[in-house]
Amino acid sequence: MEAEIIGLIIGIAALTFFTRFAFTMLFRRFKISERWNMFMVYVPIAVFTTIIVPALLLPSGELDISFQNEYLIAGIIALLVAYKTKNVVGTVIIGISSILFLRLVLGL
Amino acid sequence: MKNPKLPREFLDGLKAIAPLFLGVASFAIAYGLLARRAGLSLLSLTLMSVLVFAGAAQFVALSLLISGSSFLLILLITFVINSRYFLMGASLGPYTRRWNVKWQSILSFLLSDESYAMTISYFTKNAPSKYYQLGVSLGLYVEWAGFSIVGGLLGSFLGDPQTWGLDFALPATFIVILMPMIKTWQNAIVCIITGVFSIVGFTFLPTKWYIPFAAVSGTIVGGVLEIWKRK
Repeated sequence: MEAEIIGLIIGIAALTFFTRFAFTMLFRRFKISERWNMFMVYVPIAVFTTIIVPALLLPSGELDISFQNEYLIAGIIALLVAYKTKNVVGTVIIGISSILFLRLVLGL
Repeated sequence: MKNPKLPREFLDGLKAIAPLFLGVASFAIAYGLLARRAGLSLLSLTLMSVLVFAGAAQFVALSLLISGSSFLLILLITFVINSRYFLMGASLGPYTRRWNVKWQSILSFLLSDESYAMTISYFTKNAPSKYYQLGVSLGLYVEWAGFSIVGGLLGSFLGDPQTWGLDFALPATFIVILMPMIKTWQNAIVCIITGVFSIVGFTFLPTKWYIPFAAVSGTIVGGVLEIWKRK
């Protein structure tokens, strides 16, 4: 298993290096098109949303929009803290505290 | 004999990343903890930080490992996530003519979201300096690798992360990364539509294919909105 994981890591590393290197070399002579840029600026938002939403709304594999879903409630709390403070450490600490509180005190 | 003094630009680069220290360190520690949860050894999780050096992709790779995704899918998804580096590379490219390919391959290997932001801002105001970019990038790299190991050591010490609510470290971290990206109503619409795509994809597509599906669809919606807005 360890050897397989290391193989995977090397694979991810090679592809990651390619994404960082290829267009730098290509665009040493070209200017980037503005239209292309209009699409690419949305990649981070699209990717992060894609990861976050199912983690909060489908934690057990099925859509669960209710007060029984501790991931959703803690997620909303983290969202508000992130919006107000933009503080990475604070949001993580409050998010984790919230989910612990919901589990230990409220028994969700 | 070589001049033993470091170039001033290198030190300027190191200074520029100082305010990021706490954020990067805690993100790296969270990575180390999550890596233990994903069942990675200290060697593997360190290797990943040293060889890949891409926080978001590493987090996603771990969460995919936890959910039992195939290696091919993990390669594909980390590639999709990292495709933003194509754009960053393209915008940095014109500034890199002053140094050779060997230098550029080192700088490209060390490129990250944070180092890109600092470097492009510096290059547009000053003469492009490979030493500046190296200072910024190497500082972040050493910090990321070092605190990944710290997280990994803490992770094996703390035992089952779910007991401590640490399974929520990933969603919470991603939320605070995403939040500042939502600056305009187009951003918010793309976020909502992508969220719907991800739920629909999660429900109807096999394994983790909702990720490339929703990420690509969301990006296209964003680009189309942007073009439509400027007409």
